[in-house]
Amino acid sequence: MFAARRFARLVVLLSILVTASFGLMHLVPGDPVRAALGPEATAAQVAQRTSELGLDRPLPDQFLDYLSGLPAGDLGTSLVSGQRVGDIVVAGLPNTLTLAGLAFLVVVAVAVPVGLLAAIHTRGDRHRRGALAFTSGTGLLAVVPEFVLAAGLVATFAVGLRLVPVAGAGGPDSYVLPVLSLAAAPAAMLARIVRAEALRELGQDYVRTARAKRLPARLLYVRHVLPNALTSALTICGMLIPGLVMGTVLVEKVFAWPGLGSAITESVLQKDYPVAQAMVLLLGALVLTSNLVVDLVLARLDPRPALTEA
Amino acid sequence: MAIAIWQAVREWRPMRGSVGEPRGRGQGGIRWRRGVVKTPTGAAGLVMVTALLVLSVAGPVFWSGAARAMNTEAIMLGSSSAHPLGTDALGRDILARLLVATRLSALTAVGSVAVGALAGIALGSLPAMLGRRAARATAALIELLLAFPPLLLMIFLGLVTGGGTGGAVIAFAGAMAPSFARLTQTLTLSVTRSDYVASARMLGVSRPRLVVRHVLPNIAEPLLVNLSIAVGMAFMAISGLSFLGMGVRSPDYDWGQLLNEGLTRIYDTPAAALGPGVAIVFAGVAFQLLGEGAIGAQADRRPARPDDPAPILASKPSVAGGDRGSATVRAENLQVSFPAAEGVLTPVRGVNLTVAPGEILGIVGESGCGKTLTGLALTGLVPEPGVVRATRLEVLGQDPRGLSPRQARALLGRHTAMVFQNPGTAMNPVLRVGSQLAETAVVHHGMSRRAAGARAVDRLRAAAVPAPERRARQFPHQLSGGTQQRAVIAMGLMGEARLLIADEPTTALDVTVQRQVLALLRDVNSTTGASIVLVSHDIAVVAETCHRVVVMYAGLVVEDLPVDVLRSGPAHPYTRALLACALDMTGVRDRRLPTIPGRPPGPGERFPGCPFVSRCGHAGERCATEPPAMEELGRGHRVACWHPRTGAP
Repeated sequence: MFAARRFARLVVLLSILVTASFGLMHLVPGDPVRAALGPEATAAQVAQRTSELGLDRPLPDQFLDYLSGLPAGDLGTSLVSGQRVGDIVVAGLPNTLTLAGLAFLVVVAVAVPVGLLAAIHTRGDRHRRGALAFTSGTGLLAVVPEFVLAAGLVATFAVGLRLVPVAGAGGPDSYVLPVLSLAAAPAAMLARIVRAEALRELGQDYVRTARAKRLPARLLYVRHVLPNALTSALTICGMLIPGLVMGTVLVEKVFAWPGLGSAITESVLQKDYPVAQAMVLLLGALVLTSNLVVDLVLARLDPRPALTEA
Repeated sequence: MAIAIWQAVREWRPMRGSVGEPRGRGQGGIRWRRGVVKTPTGAAGLVMVTALLVLSVAGPVFWSGAARAMNTEAIMLGSSSAHPLGTDALGRDILARLLVATRLSALTAVGSVAVGALAGIALGSLPAMLGRRAARATAALIELLLAFPPLLLMIFLGLVTGGGTGGAVIAFAGAMAPSFARLTQTLTLSVTRSDYVASARMLGVSRPRLVVRHVLPNIAEPLLVNLSIAVGMAFMAISGLSFLGMGVRSPDYDWGQLLNEGLTRIYDTPAAALGPGVAIVFAGVAFQLLGEGAIGAQADRRPARPDDPAPILASKPSVAGGDRGSATVRAENLQVSFPAAEGVLTPVRGVNLTVAPGEILGIVGESGCGKTLTGLALTGLVPEPGVVRATRLEVLGQDPRGLSPRQARALLGRHTAMVFQNPGTAMNPVLRVGSQLAETAVVHHGMSRRAAGARAVDRLRAAAVPAPERRARQFPHQLSGGTQQRAVIAMGLMGEARLLIADEPTTALDVTVQRQVLALLRDVNSTTGASIVLVSHDIAVVAETCHRVVVMYAGLVVEDLPVDVLRSGPAHPYTRALLACALDMTGVRDRRLPTIPGRPPGPGERFPGCPFVSRCGHAGERCATEPPAMEELGRGHRVACWHPRTGAP
């Protein structure tokens, strides 16, 4: 029931997204074909390209065309290169997904233990200084934008120390800096949230019961506290995914990463609207779908009925 | 940038509730500013924001000449003392350009937040102004907009507007507006439900007027905090857009565009990229600190440490309790204290008690008398930051305070068990009942998982849980209250407990189930020989179940008596008053319900004499000035009273 409702919601949101992405080219002030071809193109060239793209046909027909092309992966043709947009996606998507996926793993693998340890060491007002250092450190790290961090990391580790490549997707070492710059701020944020949630859970009655059982610390924290702290933290994890997917747009630019982010930036600069609208559609769909997956996973993990009803 | 916006949305949530008492227009801002300066983070943020403000005004005035001066002989220079960040492709000094760019960066940031917040606040306050149907439609629209990630909205709007300075401002404003709308909507809703708005509405004040005059001033404070954080986000987000080439364009320049230019020459002059990067982070941190300072200003004061312990009260150690050598529990002058904002609180002021092997001891008293903490102190479970002191404390022959975690596991883990009140929250909600029982046997008795699971089912059966196999596989919320309490008791029966401390085990249950649970405890006592400490506010429950009773009042033991004396005639006026209340509830109904007038001294109060003096009908002069010591009245019966009563109550 819960899953069905969530799924219906996704369908509504996706159809809005599809309509908006279709409308993009028509909302742009001026003639998109003229803008893409530049001022030197003759009127005949513009007219020819317009009719090639079907942009001279009535709007409803164009929309139906757009819709019928989507299931087959037909996303249109680039105004600039004449390449099929589908091919651009196929070339870029794996690179972007690898980057975002790795960053997500790093975020969770770092933030959860760090947050939990911080909670254990600062519980019940112990180590006030440590708590302050933790919150201000993570708070600072969390506001550093990924593209600024990326520039700093490149200057230090790639240019200065020459430890890793400056740019491009290649061997495993080329992933280090992009993943790091993408993961740092969300990891800091998530660690803060995990700590706050774990501190709240440590005050619950069931923790007292578990303490009364004299369980070893590992069991107490990992088996009893962590799953409860994580159910709320996982909601935040779900909110991290859009940030990570969207953050790739900026990080790819810094590292000249051959992904969708670079494609979107270039398409915007070249006013290549068919590519841009496909990218908006794709990134949006990616984010909305991953949100649904996180919701469903959460509902499964928490046996309490309250969560699924909310 | 993505995270920045996402975070802005997230950070707003905890502050939604912080709507204060009704106040007039404009006061919110003043209180906010004063509070911010008090916190170190807020003060630092204020200084940084002021610096930014000064720089954005003064920057172009002082450095625009240097920023514009082209020099064909100094093209693309690296860092030097003349040009700390180097020069660009036209030989212009990058530091000067960075300082000048502060104004445009600040203007776009503040401008886009102003536009976005205004649109959002307008949209968010619509539901309160419009009729029911229009309000619902607006709320649905806000919900819909929030479903899309802000950065997607931003890129979409950037594409539609075609970028440029104006495009970037509109794009960020549009990305931000839904969150502001939601914030305003939630805050407004909490204010419009309040009494003073209801009364204003009854007086005939129109809806739009109500929002402008009564609601907006009251939600100004949380909105201002969020505006501050949003400006920081805007600095970073618009820089990001410019960095991508979708924002400010040549010949104008802001920090993001300077970073973009600097990045292309990161090999030879990293400073050209790092300078703008540092500026962007500075702005982000400045507004974040200001916002956090404002939140922190609302937080509590720091409580005092218990470095000033209450003096150990002079009272005689226990002489009752039978064979002293083999007592299960012996506590002398047990104190528990906590640090608090108003000084040290001492809810347990000096308790003496002994529990003999195989004995069921009841600890009875009003709520707040320290009985639960006494139980927790016996097993070393007083929560942080509480401090336990005692001249002597022995549980199963050892002082629980001096045990290492390993020793505590070996002794207390194996041989003591606690049964807590509120069985609904005492079990872990995400673990199955059976596995919560089994883990004790796995950890302390080295059983295999399978054997421990079988024992868990066996123990559930022993605790009279119906269908134990099925219950073991269920989660706590799937059990009824009575069954939950039985399961928690079964948890205490997993090992070979020699001491079971049950804290209000029957409070949450109805009378029939209550009797069954008490019978179960007596049964456990007679079959396993375990000592039981039963903590309860209900003297009838204690009288029905226990061998001996300790009556606590204001953190002290006032009477220690065998259960037959409790029935025939306790000596302390407080015990007699408790008994009178209980008897009346079970017996004659036509009399007025006797309650004990007055209230006990709080855990922070000091009193020179008997704690009960202000509520006692038999108090003399001495009672107010001198604390009564425990005196032996009969066999196993001691009382701390200057005027003990005799005869039937």
